[in-house]
Amino acid sequence: MTCLSKAATIGLKHERKYAIFAAVNSWLKTFAWDFQQLFLFSLRVIRGMVSRKFYISETLEQMYLIGVGSLYLVLLAGAFAGQGFAIAFSNELADFGAKNYLGRIMSIAVVRELGPTLTGLMVAARVSSGITAEIGAMKSSNQLDAMVSFGIDPIQKLAVPRLIALVLMVPALTIACDAIAITGGWIVATLIANMSTAIYWSSMKERLIFGNLFIGLLKPFVFSFFIAFIACYKGFSARGGTKGVGKATTESVVISSITILIVNFFITKLVHSAIRGYL
Amino acid sequence: MIQLENVTFAYDERPILKNVSFSIDETESVVIMGPSGSGKSTILRLIMGLECPQEGKILVDDANICVMNERQKQEVRKRIAMVFQEGALFDSLTVGENVGFYQIEHTRMSRSEIEQNVRQMLGFVGLRADEIIDVLPDQLSGGMRRRVAIGRALLSTNPRVMLYDEPTTGLDPEATEMVLELINKATVERNISTVVVTHQIPDAIALANRFIVIHGGEMVFDGDLDALRVCDEPRVRDFLQPFRESIGKVNQRQFV
Repeated sequence: MTCLSKAATIGLKHERKYAIFAAVNSWLKTFAWDFQQLFLFSLRVIRGMVSRKFYISETLEQMYLIGVGSLYLVLLAGAFAGQGFAIAFSNELADFGAKNYLGRIMSIAVVRELGPTLTGLMVAARVSSGITAEIGAMKSSNQLDAMVSFGIDPIQKLAVPRLIALVLMVPALTIACDAIAITGGWIVATLIANMSTAIYWSSMKERLIFGNLFIGLLKPFVFSFFIAFIACYKGFSARGGTKGVGKATTESVVISSITILIVNFFITKLVHSAIRGYL
Repeated sequence: MIQLENVTFAYDERPILKNVSFSIDETESVVIMGPSGSGKSTILRLIMGLECPQEGKILVDDANICVMNERQKQEVRKRIAMVFQEGALFDSLTVGENVGFYQIEHTRMSRSEIEQNVRQMLGFVGLRADEIIDVLPDQLSGGMRRRVAIGRALLSTNPRVMLYDEPTTGLDPEATEMVLELINKATVERNISTVVVTHQIPDAIALANRFIVIHGGEMVFDGDLDALRVCDEPRVRDFLQPFRESIGKVNQRQFV
């Protein structure tokens, strides 16, 4: 009797182990499949960028929707994040008698890291959800098929203008975010940390050099590609009606946000080793 | 003109069509019927080259669409137009832009020329252009949306074949009658072939004299109304049972 129950317990354990293994296996397969499809989709979008037909009015419309539409969000986030950074740093620097370096620290932190990442995340949250939902809804109502039946490539008409708009607007939004965050730092420096305006700005300008500006603009440029690819891919591959579109939209925001943080790390690491002398 | 040869199609390993074969001649009107989920709409998507079968051939004017690249398929699509389920109008474009979509995208015609064509087409489908040309599709009723979609398809390339996917589903009887009348009018006046997918038997009788019944992905009937009336295939009988009386009574309605 005891032997039988032992054998049953062992069998159950094996079954559970196998179920976990099967679940991991299935998840890995899905991930690999999705990654491959995303890669192939990205190649099609890039090919669409260099083809003859160019939808200029759609691109301008998307630039307006992405750029102007996200500006208030980016400025608001940048202003408060900049001030928060400045308060935290000014207190720490004051302990070492190095408060005058606040502008320098702000310049590096905001231009290299905070500005691009914050802008990327804000745009990923606001724009990628919009792109996925719009394209997904078009797919579920057969509008994409209708487009194909009228001889229009949906990738060229929908994905390419969004990619170009993102590539142009995300760096511009990042510059706006950097400016407002550094200005927020200046407000904190003068009103809370009792620093002089001249010291803050001159130390800030000291670190506004090629290397930092290069990283600060390279990052949003790269982020915009990832946001566009992920958001459009999720929209084009949405299935299962409104529920499927909702799921695709959530996935689009989550994946593009995580991707931005991961890519940010690798760009920082890569560029630091490549152009260390210019930083 | 259109020929399906032993077409088998599965979606995500789920079989949709099994060994389906039939052909549609020039200026012929055919209705494909069957219960929901039987694979009727898939046939239209295959004919348009939006999907490719795992087995079999789809020939349009003797050319196999399954082996064509996207550019070659576009040439075929100039001869065939499709009205999708619920119209599939582009919801960010106005009615005018929807109807003139093909001409705006593919021709160098002036805006005024296109607008004139759009107005003419809206008149053909029985809508008042002045009232709706600048309206977005979501402000239209279901019946009006279907008629705009038919107008958009007709104005695209002057097609020789029109494919309609469930053109009257979800419409009230009055709107249904108007859409059926319009489909018949387009078929007769433009002398084109019509393939209609529907599960509404009365609509089917009003639209064609040849009927194909698909059940569980298999073609179980292909013939005229008289043959349909006396068909003793169990799956056809089951499908037609609720409409047996109307099939017995109704002769083909002629709108035009």
